[in-house]
Amino acid sequence: MPTPTPEEVKGLVASGGATLASRIRDSDIYLSFRASPLTMLAAAIVVIMVAGALLAAWIAPTNPFDPATVFLADASIPPRWQQGGDPRFVIGTDDQGRDLYSAILYGLRVSLLVGGMGVLLAAVIGITLGLVAGYFGGRVDAIIMRIADVQLTFPAILIALLIDGVVQALMKGVPREQSAIPVLVISIGLSFWVQYARTIRGSTMVEKNKDYVAAARLVGLPAPVIMLRHVLPNVIGPVLVILTINLGLAIITEATLSFLGVGLPPTQPSLGTLIAIGNKYLFSGDWWIVTFPGLTLAILVLAVNLLGDWLRDALNPKLR
Amino acid sequence: MPEPVVSVRNLKVEFAGRRGTLVAIDDVSFDIHRGEVLGVVGESGAGKSVTGSAIIGLIEPPGRIAGGQILLHGQRIDNLAPEEMRRLRGRKIAMIFQDPLTSLNPLFTVGEQLVETILTHLDLSPAEARAISLLGEVGIPAPDKRIDGYPHEFSGGMRQRVVIALALSAEPDFIVADEPTTALDVSVQAQIIALLKKLCRERGTAVMLVTHDMGVIAETADRVAVMYAGRVAEIGPVRDVVKHPLHPYARGLMGAIPTLESEADRLVQIPGSMPRLTNIPRGCAFNPRCDRLIDRCRQDRPDPIEPDPATAAREHLMAGHRVACHLYEPRKTGAKQ
Amino acid sequence: MLAFILRRIAQSLLVMVTVALIAFVMFRFVGDPVNQMVGVDTPQAEVARLRESLGLNDSTIVQFGRFLWNALHFEFGTSYQFRLPVTQLLGERAPATLELALVASLFALIVGVVMGVYCALRPNGILARLFQAISLVGVSLPTFLIGILLIYVFAVTLGWLPSNGRGQVVKLGRWWTTGFFTASGLRALILPAITLGLFQMTLIMRLVRAEMMEVMRTDYVKFARARGIRTRSIHFRHALKNTLIPVITIAGLQLGSIIAFAIITETVFNWPGMGLLFLKAVQNVDIPIMAAYLMLIGLLFVTINLIVDLAYGLVDPRLRVAMRS
Repeated sequence: MPTPTPEEVKGLVASGGATLASRIRDSDIYLSFRASPLTMLAAAIVVIMVAGALLAAWIAPTNPFDPATVFLADASIPPRWQQGGDPRFVIGTDDQGRDLYSAILYGLRVSLLVGGMGVLLAAVIGITLGLVAGYFGGRVDAIIMRIADVQLTFPAILIALLIDGVVQALMKGVPREQSAIPVLVISIGLSFWVQYARTIRGSTMVEKNKDYVAAARLVGLPAPVIMLRHVLPNVIGPVLVILTINLGLAIITEATLSFLGVGLPPTQPSLGTLIAIGNKYLFSGDWWIVTFPGLTLAILVLAVNLLGDWLRDALNPKLR
Repeated sequence: MPEPVVSVRNLKVEFAGRRGTLVAIDDVSFDIHRGEVLGVVGESGAGKSVTGSAIIGLIEPPGRIAGGQILLHGQRIDNLAPEEMRRLRGRKIAMIFQDPLTSLNPLFTVGEQLVETILTHLDLSPAEARAISLLGEVGIPAPDKRIDGYPHEFSGGMRQRVVIALALSAEPDFIVADEPTTALDVSVQAQIIALLKKLCRERGTAVMLVTHDMGVIAETADRVAVMYAGRVAEIGPVRDVVKHPLHPYARGLMGAIPTLESEADRLVQIPGSMPRLTNIPRGCAFNPRCDRLIDRCRQDRPDPIEPDPATAAREHLMAGHRVACHLYEPRKTGAKQ
Repeated sequence: MLAFILRRIAQSLLVMVTVALIAFVMFRFVGDPVNQMVGVDTPQAEVARLRESLGLNDSTIVQFGRFLWNALHFEFGTSYQFRLPVTQLLGERAPATLELALVASLFALIVGVVMGVYCALRPNGILARLFQAISLVGVSLPTFLIGILLIYVFAVTLGWLPSNGRGQVVKLGRWWTTGFFTASGLRALILPAITLGLFQMTLIMRLVRAEMMEVMRTDYVKFARARGIRTRSIHFRHALKNTLIPVITIAGLQLGSIIAFAIITETVFNWPGMGLLFLKAVQNVDIPIMAAYLMLIGLLFVTINLIVDLAYGLVDPRLRVAMRS
């Protein structure tokens, strides 16, 4: 799972060395983590949600995608504690009789998958273009950065919508169930690369003038090897922070696209799709269909954002 | 002796920090009289600027005045309500900051800033006319035209002249000048100091001139206070302190001034550095660096007092020269050189 | 000054040509425009004639030139879905979006600045902490969720405000329809405007707070205080003016993103604006509308950028000099 849990973060920061555990314990980042109860709560929430999503197939009471276990007769049952509730469905069912709790677990999985893959794709595109632009400079740099400038004038959600529309047109004939996830990942990846590219390009331009790059060039190493083996490890640091901060944005973007009806179809719902379904039943008083997926999404994004803010401050106190 | 304009009595300023409380200045006392320039010297962090900010009432949280008194014409001003203190600022006491480039609001013309200051304190209808005459007094050419200029249209030296005009605009009795020339070109430093001195002498304004430039002090000040680690190490008439420094720190400091007469090839250097304010040693704060250390220096904190008569006579000291050092305490034998 | 303006205009034009190129590539190569216009039973000769008459056999450069020329005349072809000119479709819906965006921007700017100033001046107050918490939640909650929440509370539960449509609108001139002059039109604006403006509001609030705290630490504010300038004047004359300059830029640029974000708000509140039209176009792969909308938003962004840059110079005397040289 691409979600950087605090454990992974610490591992990345303090990697290497025989007494890893002690190095982690003494590191500033660990201390600042322990000093912030809100961050620890956010980390716990993210861990629980990621675990819930990964283990959905085992811990969910029903499989909401299995038509054999879903009955229309169970549709729109309120939560258990309400009048008309059913002990089988803790927080009720949706309009098609799917257990909402199970649907949320599976939806969480889709949301995290799309958000995480999208952010990773954006990072790969952004890092590659940033390295190339920063290392070679000149016209290549000018072209890449001009594209970045133009793209930055448009909000990510608009770009994602456009790309979604275009890719759908190109993938005509492929059923929505199969095309939805790749299309969303591509949309998010192409919408969020600019920030990585700008950051990487900036630090690459600094690094490429250092002696070790000159030495590598003298030995005759080809440019791609120098970029990946020598420059990249020295400029990758800030990417982790951008990755975490963008994960929240990517999850929101996926949810928004699904809510707008151009994301995941109702047969394969993400949190955004579930909210869109619930929204239709808001006026008939079926408040639970929209409330629980909405709450899950809000808490997830809030927790990820809190982690991102903390990580940014912990890794670079000057940015505060 | 007439009543001093400003009197600082045993002033203590603390800053509450995460790693405990930091004592920025402790037990600082001095008087400044009408028309007098008191130079305050010392290293960065010695407490010079904090003393100035405390007098003008601009110590901000987490800092606070933890003890002592500040008197203006014999009236306590350190315990005034913020609004009362605000009315004194600019009217009775003013302050000039280090950097003229950042002291002026870039979005208002110098005239707007002058007129606002004048109207805040004085009920003058032709505030504009007064602003123009002030600019003329501080040596801005064509003041009636320059008054509509924005700060960025003035050079560094000219901006500091505007700052001086602003500080003097309500005829205060006392000015704190916090390193007024440090940020300027060497060529204009002397002009600005001369201007400040002239204007204050004309008006009888008392000045506290904070600087780390001993040359400026020697030329400008009437008296000088040497500060070290938040305390006054030595204070007295300027020629006396420069010619006959007593405190080992002051001796080092004076030895560090290059002069044309001095034959020495190299400047004297004081070994070590000033202690962190969170970690001031017991006894005399200077004891770790002192080359004339005695046992008492590690135990008791010396108070600034007039030295014993024998020393005073030998060094031809003037009255009012006080030093905080056990070596010069009266009735102490064994403290002789 | 003139050189500066000309240079900025040239840059803007370059951006617009790039956007037009993207729109053209979409229009021309994503889904054959002819296939969209003809039925299954249209004879081949007819298709070829149509292709020729649309100029699709010309060289790509010529076609792009024609596309640009048409765009300059607000000519974007015919919608595949509605079989109506794109310009007419967008024109009919533009007032709804623009009025909504205007009210949302004003809300975001006014409330954001007031809250930001308050937080900067009383950073430890209970209210400031509350505002801070609201801003964190505001940044984390997706727009559509905020809209749903507002509908649930104020429309479904309390029944105070309408949850969809523009209410009663009045025609102004030939094109413009406005909801500003009827009670139902104004009431219908409240919830969508808050939903749309909330994110920008939290952004502006955080920006104002950070900027103002920075300004309060500057030497010129310290010097103003040392001169005994009244606290009110220091806060609202000296500090606020310096704070608002960067805020103008961001707020101006945000107006463009508010219009783009209106897509979401318009969907939640079923607001008959351009965003809803664009979304339907995306769902149905109606390329002419998508291309036109892209160009429109691009034009808006570029224009706003240009205006903000020029306005900046008028407010900040330092830049006036920089621009002259």
